[in-house]
Amino acid sequence: MLTIKNLTASINDKPILRGIDLEVRPGEVHAIMGPNGSGKSTLANVLAGREDYAVTGGEVSWQGRDLLALAPEERAREGIFLAFQYPVEIPGVSNVNLLKAALNAKLKHLGREELDAYDFLALVKERMKLVQMPEDFLYRAVNEGFSGGEKKRNEVLQMAVLEPLLGILDETDSGLDIDALKIVADGVNALRAPDRSFVVVTHYQRLLDYIVPDHVHVLAHGRIVKSGGKELALDLERRGYGWIAELERGAGDDARA
Amino acid sequence: MSTANHEIDALIRQKYKHGFVTELESESLPPGLNEDVIRAISAKKGEPEWMLEWRLEAYRHWLEMPEPEWAHVHYPRIDYQDIVYYAAPKSKKDAPKSLEEVDPKLLETYEKLGIPLEERAALAGVAVDAVFDSVSVATTFKDKLGKLGIIFCSFSEAVREHPELVRRYLGSVVPQRDNFFAALNSAVFSDGSFVYVPRGVRCPMELSTYFRINAKSTGQFERTLIVADEGSYVSYLEGCTAPMRDENQLHAAVVELVALDDAEIKYSTVQNWYPGDEEGRGGIYNFVTKRGECRGRGAKISWTQVETGSAITWKYPSCILTGDDSVGEFYSVALTNNRQQADTGTKMVHIGRNTRSTIISKGISAGRGQNAYRGLVKVTKSAEGARNYTQCDSLLMGEKCGAHTFPYIEVKNPTAQVEHEATTSKISEDQLFYCLQRGISTEEAVTMIVNGFCKEVLKELPMEFAVEAQKLLGVSLEGAVG
Ligand SMILES: Nc1ncnc2c1ncn2[C@@H]1O[C@H](COP(=O)(O)OP(=O)(O)OP(=O)(O)O)[C@@H](O)[C@H]1O
Ligand SMILES: [Mg+2]
Repeated sequence: MLTIKNLTASINDKPILRGIDLEVRPGEVHAIMGPNGSGKSTLANVLAGREDYAVTGGEVSWQGRDLLALAPEERAREGIFLAFQYPVEIPGVSNVNLLKAALNAKLKHLGREELDAYDFLALVKERMKLVQMPEDFLYRAVNEGFSGGEKKRNEVLQMAVLEPLLGILDETDSGLDIDALKIVADGVNALRAPDRSFVVVTHYQRLLDYIVPDHVHVLAHGRIVKSGGKELALDLERRGYGWIAELERGAGDDARA
Repeated sequence: MSTANHEIDALIRQKYKHGFVTELESESLPPGLNEDVIRAISAKKGEPEWMLEWRLEAYRHWLEMPEPEWAHVHYPRIDYQDIVYYAAPKSKKDAPKSLEEVDPKLLETYEKLGIPLEERAALAGVAVDAVFDSVSVATTFKDKLGKLGIIFCSFSEAVREHPELVRRYLGSVVPQRDNFFAALNSAVFSDGSFVYVPRGVRCPMELSTYFRINAKSTGQFERTLIVADEGSYVSYLEGCTAPMRDENQLHAAVVELVALDDAEIKYSTVQNWYPGDEEGRGGIYNFVTKRGECRGRGAKISWTQVETGSAITWKYPSCILTGDDSVGEFYSVALTNNRQQADTGTKMVHIGRNTRSTIISKGISAGRGQNAYRGLVKVTKSAEGARNYTQCDSLLMGEKCGAHTFPYIEVKNPTAQVEHEATTSKISEDQLFYCLQRGISTEEAVTMIVNGFCKEVLKELPMEFAVEAQKLLGVSLEGAVG
């Protein structure tokens, strides 16, 4: 459903992604790991359509369409959801307002009827249980004064309400305590479905104990330098990224050859 | 508000939506201003001698006064001899003949605000003869207020029917010689509203200029006087979210509020004068003097305003806190887009002991809009224990707009506590992208973020008005981002 071919992107003329290839099929979970600054968030943001990044080459097809030709809000309505690494605060805008606007925008786009206030609240409250979030969070301003962990949970709540086809989780596990990690992972697992895929960016094997990936990729210096099954994550946990340098050299050689 | 009142409210509003006052044909005075013109205005209105004298006195003061200049508002000089001062029934010769002749942008705005079709023509100034058929509704409404002893009528009617009240309070808060525009208004005011709420009465509905019988254009020099007697309460709504087209460029209104012991007046304005096209052509100059006096102990006056229109706005709703323990509040959202200029703010004058005031001002500038906040907090010697809290927030959208804040604080009593906070922010790319990523369009995202920024002010507005105001902010900001 998502096919990325030789994608390159830069920011302020500085190349960050240097040829990404990735194929995500319906129902799959892909984990992306890799050292700080390797380009994981960049990839996530480019897929979501953030304009600060210039796509300099390659293709991305999403359900047979050219993803890169779509505006960010269209991508969202077509089922792409990004749980941000650093969710932003929006003072004065209540969580429930944002959720409602988002859901209605999507329903409208799909030519479906918008939910009335009653049905909408019922849906949201049910999904809040999934991430064990108290109701009063609905009426607080978006992420304002939320703790790090609460922000992450809020991202998962939004995802649960919007029911995307592709959920990109950018370090949603960072900053979570052990119980919260389990809650978030359970929330994501509850959303797993044959037609719904996830790209999970993480630094920790721990999350992958809960959300078991079908594929694990290692991103370094803007390239996927290694891909494997879930055991690759265990390898990384044991060996760190030190051996990646070698792989990278290998990848570079391949490219030159 | 009880359900029944709510229904009346809705009914009246409904009626407003279907009809407009048919203008009476009668001759206008030639342009220009002199004592004869003022005599003629007064005579046409059938005013008593004292009213004429009062007007003339104001005129004589006005002649001596220089026209004020402000650093942050620029406009071509106004030729006061070129204005028609008695013009209630306007000639329809110059009016657009049909909606086809009206600026399509304006029509688009009406559409977005959800203004009914039949109303659009009238708002756009198209020469239509609509039939105004709200007599029965208005009568029910008047009856209800009448039973409580509340007087709510046009200013002219009050001069005729309640001269003792008008004489006692007119000019007692905004004297004739208060400022250039107030003096001009005092000399030539066309009409306006008068409200008197008797002792101990809580006005059971929001009073609005919408509902007034003959709520036709009161012209460019409107005069409003609201008196809340001891222990009474009234909430008054002014304005309209629809951009009103008006050939009169200059508007100089005066609003006076008087709150006696333990009385409370809540005055809300949503103003959306035609701001002119993108270059500012044809926009309204709005110079308004609004002032309330908490004359009695424990009185409270609060001003809430959402301003998005006019080419130029100059206005400072103010509170004179004379009574001990009285309270003044000012909540304001001023939005400037394209080439609009707004110079607004408030004055809080603390005279009584333990008087308190709160100022929350939200300025939004987009396009080439220039927004200035000017606030004076004055604590006189007598105001033992006075307290003020001022918060001034500016939101900038784009690179070519500006926000300017000028707080003036004068404290003559050492026990006073005056606090001022100011912030300037921009809608961040991160906030915008966050919303887009959730599928929300740029326009809706901006509206949401701006409404969030204004929340503290919007929550002070009566429900229905607040909803309209939110829509209005969104529409006014279109094209400001992206
Ligand atoms: N605005 C910018 N200007 C210059 N460089 C930038 C900018 N934004 C990101 N970068 C650089 O792009 C590179 C990739 O950043 P990215 O956020 O994608 O890394 P990441 O893999 O998500 O790292 P982490 O694990 O720390 O979250 C980093 O070197 C970063 O400094
Ligand atoms: Mg990152």
